[in-house]
Amino acid sequence: MKSLERELRELRDSGRKLLVPYFMGGLTDSWTDYVAAAVLAGADAVEIGIPFSDPMMDGPVIQEAALRALSRGTTLESICDDLTRLETTVPLIAMTYYNIVLHYGLERAAGKFAASGISGAIIPDLPLEETAPWIAACDGADVATVLLVAPSTPEERLDRLAATTQGFAYASARMAVTGKSEGGGDGERVVRSIRRTSHVPALIGIGIATPDQARDAAAASDGVIVGSAVVQVILDGGDASHIETFIRTFRSAID
Amino acid sequence: MSDSAVFMGDPDDRGRFGEFGGRFVPEALMPACLELEAAFREAWHDQAFVEEYRTVLREFAGRPTPVTPLTRLGDHLGLRIYAKREDLAHTGSHKINNVIGQTLLTKRMGKRRVIAETGAGQHGVATATAAARLGLECTVFMGEVDTERQILNVFRMELLGSRVVPVTSGSRTLKDAVNEAMREWVTCVSDTHYCIGSVMGPHPFPWIVREFQSIIGHEAAQQLKAFGVDAPDVVIACVGGGSNAAGVFAGFANSPSRLVGIEAAGGSAVGSGSPGVLHGMHSLLMQDEFGQIEEAHSISAGLDYPGIGPEHAHLAELGRAEYHAIGDEDVIPALRLLSEKEGIIPALETAHAVAWMAQEAGRAIPTGSTVLLNLSGRGDKDVAQVQAILRTQS
Repeated sequence: MKSLERELRELRDSGRKLLVPYFMGGLTDSWTDYVAAAVLAGADAVEIGIPFSDPMMDGPVIQEAALRALSRGTTLESICDDLTRLETTVPLIAMTYYNIVLHYGLERAAGKFAASGISGAIIPDLPLEETAPWIAACDGADVATVLLVAPSTPEERLDRLAATTQGFAYASARMAVTGKSEGGGDGERVVRSIRRTSHVPALIGIGIATPDQARDAAAASDGVIVGSAVVQVILDGGDASHIETFIRTFRSAID
Repeated sequence: MSDSAVFMGDPDDRGRFGEFGGRFVPEALMPACLELEAAFREAWHDQAFVEEYRTVLREFAGRPTPVTPLTRLGDHLGLRIYAKREDLAHTGSHKINNVIGQTLLTKRMGKRRVIAETGAGQHGVATATAAARLGLECTVFMGEVDTERQILNVFRMELLGSRVVPVTSGSRTLKDAVNEAMREWVTCVSDTHYCIGSVMGPHPFPWIVREFQSIIGHEAAQQLKAFGVDAPDVVIACVGGGSNAAGVFAGFANSPSRLVGIEAAGGSAVGSGSPGVLHGMHSLLMQDEFGQIEEAHSISAGLDYPGIGPEHAHLAELGRAEYHAIGDEDVIPALRLLSEKEGIIPALETAHAVAWMAQEAGRAIPTGSTVLLNLSGRGDKDVAQVQAILRTQS
């Protein structure tokens, strides 16, 4: 078992609901301060976006953040190097698109992640059928491959996803790209389906924008991922203290 | 390459043509890709479906399109040239072949709506046309830059009852329209089919689109026999994503004909690209050293795409097809050449293929060769742009 999954299972089994905010790597000069602030506010793990020019699974907020980060010359390597200077106690999980790690070299990327304190990766354009080379590349490195489960995933397929995912299962609450948060969503149903066959931690993401939504989702799962809502605070000019306050509202909502 | 090899066969069960292809899509779209593949396999083996597809193309889209000997241009260049006249198909290009097939498949799958991306607007107009004919709702995503460049095509789509959504993300051109159509598809996949316009995207799209376009090559092979031509020495087509080229190549892939695809120099995925993953496929892409996709730039919006269909990447790697690039500066003279010599105003995309043929006659194409030119589209959509360019030159 990869260390990401061991750590998240321990936290979950201790009765804690997991809070995982997302930050776009390289969005500003001092972007790692946001990560530190989130940890201070009670984040249990942090997703780090590595920007891609064509983020098919992302809505306008994360698209905008990716473009800004790219225009600052951000790369996989610059993000990893920034992270090696960050002292943090929580797991870090990279979120990027396949072309970025493919271009860097799969094994080289896995090694770079591990050396930078990244213990998991979410690559949303790498479905079950295409993920084997990446999982193999992560064999030698302690990097977990986190797979998404969608409301459209049929049960037989869902069982294979739950058996293959490492670290946790990312349960999409909506048939939507990141940032869509209207309506209640299907996260609870997806998590229930995952739990039929698997004990892997199941976190709900896609459309968790408010503490109320986080409370409801966390009650039905092992925790939540908050992406666009966090990034929006930064795009609006928020600093690390704003992030700390913002994350605390989610923390207290799910505790 | 061995003479007995079968080229342009079906992709393998992982949707690969050699090392290229695949299905690099979010989990939310995987069930739809699998459903589409199953539906297509079943339909394409169902004689009734194939018959319906052919009937609509015959009764509605003007197929078969003729093969025209281009004798004055041929005398001028020292070649025997035949043109496959996709410019005469309904809506003015080969695009209709694919959308008729995909919209029939949409109905067969019980879906009520299609979405599409478009660059110049040709695929958007074709999709809007087929949707109107079959009673489907249709939304077309088009880069904001392209909606301004091709305002008449936007109006055409609206006249046909479709909604056009200007895409304001990224470079606001074709590649961003594809991204936005994919994002939309995630939200509505249960009742909506994404009608992709070229031999690109995740499996099974590159295969489906090639199959629906292969009617071009199969018709042409039959029609050339009437002119005493078994297999032309050279088959030439322009390539953006590569659907018209794939369609005409399919008729000659296992003949001795040389297959030549012509890209725009500013969108040359084979000439200046490298392997990568974009829009659901592993193929050749224009990208920087970090894997960020570069923007294509071409005089023709239809070739303004930084990638190429995975089967073309495979044919290039095998050496079965060759790919060359033509710069913007050579396109207008080629358009004028075909217009003045043959009375056919080609689309700017097609003019790239004409330009390479004219440039290489007596060189890479030996004098006296027999050439099949896929005349993929007519130039009506481009005349205002051509006029503006010629005015600035005079």
